[in-house]
Amino acid sequence: MLAESAIISASMPKVLLDWFYVAVFAVVGTLMAVLPLAVVWVLAPRQDSPQKTTTYESGVLPFGQAWAQFNVRYYLFALIFVVFDVEVIYLYPWAVVFRQLGPVAFVEMLAFLLILLIGLVYAWRKGALEWV
Amino acid sequence: MSWALELLKAIGLTLVIFTFLAVVTAMIGVYAERKIAGWIQARLGPKHVGPQGLLQTIADTVKLLQKEHITPRRADVLMFNAAPVVVAVAALLDWVVIPFGTLGSRVLVVRDINIGVLYFSAMASITVLGILTAGWSSNNKYALLGGLRSAAQLISYELPLALGIIWAAMVAGTLSTVGIVEAQIQQGGWFLFTLPPPIGRLGAPFGILAAVTFLVAATAEVNRVPFDLPEAESELVAGYFVEYTGMRFALFQLGEYGEMFGMAALAVIMFLGGWAEPHLAPYLWVAVALGAVVLAAVILLTARHSLIIRPVLILAVLTAAVSLLMSVGIHLPSIVWFLLKLFTLVFFLMWVRWTYPRLRLDQLLNLSWKVLLPLGLLNLLATGLILTLGGR
Repeated sequence: MLAESAIISASMPKVLLDWFYVAVFAVVGTLMAVLPLAVVWVLAPRQDSPQKTTTYESGVLPFGQAWAQFNVRYYLFALIFVVFDVEVIYLYPWAVVFRQLGPVAFVEMLAFLLILLIGLVYAWRKGALEWV
Repeated sequence: MSWALELLKAIGLTLVIFTFLAVVTAMIGVYAERKIAGWIQARLGPKHVGPQGLLQTIADTVKLLQKEHITPRRADVLMFNAAPVVVAVAALLDWVVIPFGTLGSRVLVVRDINIGVLYFSAMASITVLGILTAGWSSNNKYALLGGLRSAAQLISYELPLALGIIWAAMVAGTLSTVGIVEAQIQQGGWFLFTLPPPIGRLGAPFGILAAVTFLVAATAEVNRVPFDLPEAESELVAGYFVEYTGMRFALFQLGEYGEMFGMAALAVIMFLGGWAEPHLAPYLWVAVALGAVVLAAVILLTARHSLIIRPVLILAVLTAAVSLLMSVGIHLPSIVWFLLKLFTLVFFLMWVRWTYPRLRLDQLLNLSWKVLLPLGLLNLLATGLILTLGGR
């Protein structure tokens, strides 16, 4: 029995076990979150009426659907966000090994960040960061 | 250990953390929020259910359990029902990597994942998916606008938030939450005030700047005042959860408070030394205790109304008691220190919420892109430079 468990733990690296826990958390957590909804299904009254199931719109009948086309004004921010978010992902591994690698790593990241800062300044000057 | 045993352990821990979220963050958090709001606005807050209104949140939960679930006729039913669950589970998943303290040589953490802080920020941004889903599926214009604002807020504040996290990871040299705390214990000071030797206290400005950047971005990420545009009561009614009733509304609240406590816990881990107790000379602890008493006396003598007496007394006595215990060399368990720091930070966030007005959307975007992002990047570079020059 002991030998068997030793073999299993040797075949199960820590990283895999970490994500196994995360998976269990996701599944059991979902069940726990659904549980009160099930309790409500048993306890609470259920009665539909046309007035009750209309969406709220300041007391008047809803005018059309909410699923309509309209101008999302900050789409430019979303474009810039994609660039910088990718950059930030590159920063994570750099941050971990930075102090072992020393000056070289710093200079390389300096060049990378300066290019991106120039990009931010360009977007700023072009007015992409203005509310239009 | 076999799979079955690990599975049981994992399920048990899920139940523990979920209970912690439901009881400590949601119930005590909501109660504290209402009580603190009361103090700040010179009224009593919850008072009638239980002593000092302590059972108010439980009564509210029981009430919400009996309320009907109304699904709007024109809503996208599947997504409408899934959204609150997603928000609550995302908040739960945050807590997998939060270390609460130590017990003997063991660290009290669900899993010390080697990419802990990256995992945390990934799970925290899942919340926004839930919010967007809720906003879109309700088929309500207020909800849709709330969801869209939330998206704008996420993409703007995700970056300063990540820069704050990367700052701490860079100084500690690891992404593991436990590793970050241990790095602070090893260098004998919080990252807020101290950088690794030989820089030491001289690094305080960088740490404070990084902590402020992170905390502002974290407040925005969890949609709290002054960044609560997605749920602005006075213009969008309640924003993305305007159509939610009963327990589904409660799940949103659970997610929101779990997320806020999670962000505060991460800030405690990265900048306030996590579960490590602060090291001060005994006479400094006495000074802290005296300072708390004097400050309380000044506030009470100049106070305009009598409602402030009790909260100020409670806070002063608590601070003085902890400082005096420390000054005579009695050590509190590490989990108590972690919770003390956590609640202090949460108290600060609540204080901010009931003090500042809401920002306008363009001000919100400006603050992120033109102030926090450049500041965070420059701070990262400057800290990197002095760490390189300081040589390890």
